Amino acid sequence: MTSSQTNSDNLRVTTPNEREVAMTRVFDAPRHQVFDAFTKPELLKRWFYGPDGGSLDVCEIDLRVGGAYRYVWGTPGGEQMTARGVFREIVPPELIVNTESFEESWYPGEALITVRLVEAGGTTTLTTTARYESQEARDTALRSGMEHGVRAGYDRLARILATLEAS
Amino acid sequence: MEEMPADQLDATFAALADPTRRAILARLAKGEASVVELAEPFTMSQPAISKHLKVLERAGLISQGRDAQRRPRRLEARPLRDATEWLGTYRRFWAENFQRLDGLLDELKQGEAK
Repeated sequence: MTSSQTNSDNLRVTTPNEREVAMTRVFDAPRHQVFDAFTKPELLKRWFYGPDGGSLDVCEIDLRVGGAYRYVWGTPGGEQMTARGVFREIVPPELIVNTESFEESWYPGEALITVRLVEAGGTTTLTTTARYESQEARDTALRSGMEHGVRAGYDRLARILATLEAS
Repeated sequence: MEEMPADQLDATFAALADPTRRAILARLAKGEASVVELAEPFTMSQPAISKHLKVLERAGLISQGRDAQRRPRRLEARPLRDATEWLGTYRRFWAENFQRLDGLLDELKQGEAK
């Protein structure tokens, strides 16, 4: 997958190389507030839960280098997903680097997530990069995403599409 | 890229939620076919097959050809492709998250302005 991208609103998603997915998004808010929204459990629970009807039920964050985090989501379909990782770098309000892996193994191995915040005139540009262990891991993460367990219908669709493509 | 409207997506998934309809789509992926040809592999009456075809047509997944006698059905790939793109879940997941974050940030800004 070379440098493909999709755009929607002001969210830009790209694949800058074979192991990474990058996103850019602009927020109409000062940087320290965006940083808080990414690092405070009571704020994360308000937005970081995927499709409507989902929830971030557990959000434990030990915000220091070497500290761990754990997120447990409920999906609209009633399933659970758990992500864990460790913080590698933290520079408030501009940088967070942490590892990430899912209990459900949506993708093989561990990813390294980098979140950078740059502020100019009251608006903040978020750039986040997820680096996977391999191209295959990256592509698997892109395909299965976070909604893997949401609705059985999506799985059926994927099987149909595979059938149609193969025929 | 245009977002697929939610009701179109629901119609697509509802249409696909039946094994007979999925088999019909798989057959049409190989080329257009008449109702008679589509009914042939199933122990099902033509009217029953026609009901399935109506569901698929309403979902925009198949269309009818002009041949008045045969009225061949053909596969319309775009809704399926759109659903696949919608299934670009990584992007969608984050777009929804960030829209909610916009709202939260507005609240935080108002809070700090006091």
